Amino acid sequence: MSQIVVDDLIKVFHVARRTPGLWGSVRGLVKRDWAAIRALDGIGFSIDRGELVGYIGPNGAGKSTTVKILSGILVPDSGRVTVMNRTPWADRIRYVRTIGVVFGQRTQLWWDLPVIESFDLLREIYAIPADRYRKTRDEVIDTLDLGAVLHTTVRQLSLGQRMRCDLAAALLHEPELLFLDEPTIGLDAVSKLAVREFIGRLNKERGITVILTTHDMDDIEALCRRVIVIGEGRILSDGTLADLRASVTRERWLTVDLADNTASTLIVDPDARVIRQEGRRLCLAFDPQQVSAPELIARVVRTHAIHDLFVENPPIEAIIARMYDRDASETAPR
Amino acid sequence: MTPYTAVVSSRFRMLLQYRAAALAGIGTQLFFGVVRTMIFDAFYRSSNLPQPIARDDVVTYIWLGQAFLVLTMLDADKDVADMIRSGNVAYELVKPVDLYWLWFSRAIAGRAAPLMLRAIPILVLAGLWHGLRGPASGVAAALFAAAILGSLLLAASIVAAMTISMVWTISGEGISRLMAPLVFFFSGIVVPLPLFPDWMQPALATLPFRGLIDTPFRIYIGQLHDASAVSALANQAVWIVALVAVGRIMLARSLRRLVVQGG
Repeated sequence: MSQIVVDDLIKVFHVARRTPGLWGSVRGLVKRDWAAIRALDGIGFSIDRGELVGYIGPNGAGKSTTVKILSGILVPDSGRVTVMNRTPWADRIRYVRTIGVVFGQRTQLWWDLPVIESFDLLREIYAIPADRYRKTRDEVIDTLDLGAVLHTTVRQLSLGQRMRCDLAAALLHEPELLFLDEPTIGLDAVSKLAVREFIGRLNKERGITVILTTHDMDDIEALCRRVIVIGEGRILSDGTLADLRASVTRERWLTVDLADNTASTLIVDPDARVIRQEGRRLCLAFDPQQVSAPELIARVVRTHAIHDLFVENPPIEAIIARMYDRDASETAPR
Repeated sequence: MTPYTAVVSSRFRMLLQYRAAALAGIGTQLFFGVVRTMIFDAFYRSSNLPQPIARDDVVTYIWLGQAFLVLTMLDADKDVADMIRSGNVAYELVKPVDLYWLWFSRAIAGRAAPLMLRAIPILVLAGLWHGLRGPASGVAAALFAAAILGSLLLAASIVAAMTISMVWTISGEGISRLMAPLVFFFSGIVVPLPLFPDWMQPALATLPFRGLIDTPFRIYIGQLHDASAVSALANQAVWIVALVAVGRIMLARSLRRLVVQGG
């Protein structure tokens, strides 16, 4: 049976709207206009134990709202959510014991306390038995390499260190399910890799189910077998990365480094179009059903002196961007 | 330790670090204690009429007020305000604890720590040099201790309700400013409640604010004893229960309509 079942979830926020200017402010004192924003408009999916799911979408698409509902913080207007046989918001206190949550832009550590004291306080809050706590704590400290910062107060930590501490904090009570809301936001490349690698290991070695929202497509490519894409409160696509690609475009990219800088460098081919040119590097998009990669390469090599070349899939950013465009043009009346 | 006592003790330890604030507080409160006892002294000398409370008792009442001033400083929790503004309150909700008792615990620690730091030195100094007298009797001392404990709970229940109101208003400034003058007048911190006009006494005796300092202080000086002490303590207890209930209902309703800001 699925660990998480979400069915027809709807959440509407009412936001006070004010007409601009002085008159608007005065009028706002007496009469408020409320704008209804449908953050979630009938979301549904199910997730099995041990999956690592990427949940992506542009700003304001409803990602965080979904995560907040799934973690018991917000109450939806309608719809059904069952996670490990519980309804998160109805049974919040018992439910949150079994999950871990990390919000990338916030910290659950106590600002003025050394990291280790925050951990100890969390032990009290979750009532973790002492020996169990010591084992888990030492394990996460070890894998996240936190030994050096344990006695530093949280406000003195760098963002990367803090994020690793927050990840550790979310795991002390050994949750079966982990929600990560933009865990790599604002991190430098090295910290990003460390966090990414840790999440992957957690999922593989301990079988923890992970739901990851992110804007960083590298996170998705590195970690997620399954991707749910949402836009304007609705699910646009749900499946493997390969399926997502295939559903949007069959296109592949051929990148060519030309050997010389002569005037006749521009490649003209009926089955490929140039999508980018930077100095001697050209990027061609082609449809493998029209022309196979070897065939296209053969043609290019015949007419041009080539220094190097490689074939790749369009980056997932390009896929997603195209998907949003398509969705917008379908829904927007013209 | 339960989660709540752990929160109390960690915040308590954290707040005990604010020694400079405590020293400054002690200095200020000693100064105002001297000034206020002098003012009341002048009032008592200028009148021959019998007063509802003896001069020496007023001096003791005032010094107790200086020592336990923290119990009348009721501000919505600034850290919670920050959490609500930044959206960090989300993390409070993913912890397996009852949010009300969590915030109540913070309010307890927020009063108890400065109280410990300030009350004892002020009581000692005023007792040695400035007319603070001991409790009226052994029983009075015991009841006083119970009433101070009740006062701490009462203060925490008011602060918790104020803190929860911020889920609606975002900022705690307004509610704190509204509450300050009420507490100022009706707790007895400016003018001891026995000196208020007779027609106000029934109202003063009913309001929750007397439970903050007036009840313990009048038990201490022996003005409330036996039945009157019990009824004053009962008033305190009823208000604690009522305010906790109101706070919990407010919180339950506010969580239903909670919008976590940002992200």
